[in-house]
Amino acid sequence: MVELSAGLAKVATGLAAVAIFLALLLIIFFIGSRAKGRLQGPAAMIVFLGPAVLLLAYGLIAPAFITTVGSFKDASGKKFVGLANYGWIFTTPDNQVFLRNTVLWIIIAPLVSTGIGLMLALLLDRMRRESISKSLIFMPMAISFVGAGIIWGLVYEYRDPAGQQVGLLSQIAQWIGWQDPPNWLLWQPFNNFFLMVIMIWIQVGFAMVVLSAAIKAIPGDVVEAAELDGATGWKLFSRVTIPMVRGTLIVVLTTIVIAVLKVFDIVRVMTNGNFGTQVVANEMYAQAFVQFDVGRGSALAVVLFVAVIPLIAYNVSQLRKERTIR
Amino acid sequence: MSVEAHEIIPMPQPEITGREESIPEAARRKLSSPWATGLVILITIMWTIPTFGLLVTSLRPAEQATGSGWWTIFTDPTLTLHNYSEVLTGGSVIPNGIEPYFFNSFAIAIPAAIFPLVIACMAAYAIAWIPFRGATFVFFTIFALQVIPLQMSLLPLLQMFNKGWSLGPIPIFPDLNKPGSSQSLFIGTYVPLWVAHTMFALPLAIFLLHNFINQLPRELFEAARVDGASHFLIFRKLVLPLTVPAIASFAIFQFLWVWNDLLVALTFAGGTPDVAPITAYLANIKGSYGAQLHLVTAGAFVAIIVPLIVFFSLQRFFVRGLLAGSVKG
Repeated sequence: MVELSAGLAKVATGLAAVAIFLALLLIIFFIGSRAKGRLQGPAAMIVFLGPAVLLLAYGLIAPAFITTVGSFKDASGKKFVGLANYGWIFTTPDNQVFLRNTVLWIIIAPLVSTGIGLMLALLLDRMRRESISKSLIFMPMAISFVGAGIIWGLVYEYRDPAGQQVGLLSQIAQWIGWQDPPNWLLWQPFNNFFLMVIMIWIQVGFAMVVLSAAIKAIPGDVVEAAELDGATGWKLFSRVTIPMVRGTLIVVLTTIVIAVLKVFDIVRVMTNGNFGTQVVANEMYAQAFVQFDVGRGSALAVVLFVAVIPLIAYNVSQLRKERTIR
Repeated sequence: MSVEAHEIIPMPQPEITGREESIPEAARRKLSSPWATGLVILITIMWTIPTFGLLVTSLRPAEQATGSGWWTIFTDPTLTLHNYSEVLTGGSVIPNGIEPYFFNSFAIAIPAAIFPLVIACMAAYAIAWIPFRGATFVFFTIFALQVIPLQMSLLPLLQMFNKGWSLGPIPIFPDLNKPGSSQSLFIGTYVPLWVAHTMFALPLAIFLLHNFINQLPRELFEAARVDGASHFLIFRKLVLPLTVPAIASFAIFQFLWVWNDLLVALTFAGGTPDVAPITAYLANIKGSYGAQLHLVTAGAFVAIIVPLIVFFSLQRFFVRGLLAGSVKG
């Protein structure tokens, strides 16, 4: 019971921090509301917007600059080395593996997740009792990548094909007649796909829920009109449904691409990047926090940053368009 | 529906249970077919079985769990709770238990969900209802900050907490040491975790809450201003109560995010039982004791049970937050 009371003390620490935080805010609010006349506006601005601006400046803007500068420096962050770290990333033969894998990840995982999610959204739209299926397919969304890694590690568990199988995938392979299935996670290059399956398992629920909402938002009379014109099945799907949810499809795809770019936990927990499964985000962690090579770690972070820019830029431009329409 | 995707929280809420009729009933009957239902059921089973296997394995005695597949319980139904007692407090195989990490996760996730929420609410109110030049610019800049991946902030932030920052001779963040030692004040505390999670959550939180707060009726604020209410009063008495649905959605979203995070945890907490969350412990035992399937699975189930409870009991809010956040970077 000693552990339990120590544990509760920890939770109490968290709650106390919240209480202190709220109390501080109330005090600041009180001081801010004493401002009179002309000072009212500026005082409110500082109190309301100040904390967020400060945190964003310290937490995102300044670090982005520091990391960018650091990417041009050596391992210890003392000497400028020009583009050497970027040269290392893109010209070292060994690094082709994580570059290739990251490209494979951002193409395959989002497309498959969105594809299955769309199919499910369409199928569920026609079913009367959808809720249980939907909840269960959506459930992996709430599970951490680490937890998902352990769940799927069990599926991929390897045992000598001659003996009892523990991993479900090997057992299924044997049931359908593949007598000596390989050790899935060591089987290059296919092990990359087995890792992607975990990501897909998590993201399908997201794609399904968002697309399902979009499909339900298609006005009934549009569908009816199309049906009166004789559109059915595939035609209805390709000419009416898909164009109507096109925007959502793109949002879902870009969201998953961004999540995939940063994927780190799955690879770290499953193979730690060994056996030809390394990706940029895990290599970044390994360089920065295992090898302590600040220069290379920073350069890899910048690569991720540059890869995300077009996606967010697209989202921002979409948002601007909508704002002006409204 | 990119319009809905951005409008997000205030949009008509699709719910997981119950449905609106969109496709006319006749068409729906015509389209629904046994094979469609069959396919959905098949995928549902495929999606559920891995987690089910985890639960079963965690309940099997060591020998069975590591020597035969979990599906053999149908012929050899021996179950035990022993794995859980061993993994919770530690035992002969894994010396230290999951318990301290479990509580750390709460101690990290609760403040790390509330801090950004409150700060984002305030910022969103300022952008939406305190008139100032450049409000639109500030809004778009904050949204665009999602472009900066976590990875870019880790090293500099770690340095800030450990050694402070200075721009030449000008200190930007002080080097705070424990009295009488050169070790940073923040090492071994939750503070870097709370602060880092708060910082990383803000762009999305401000964006979502702004979308909601922006759409509150203008007359409300005008009337209050005419009555002489200050921004502080309006915020506390009007905005906060009206924003509760959006707040709930984001709080759940952020709580799950923090609870499930590994990268920030490893960077700012290391693996010590003092402050590291449950994900760090899991990653650790998966690496060191991966062959002890019965214990690793039990640990994993302890770690995922909290988000699963939150998820199933508050699914509606979670879905709302998710639809809202479908532009998240």
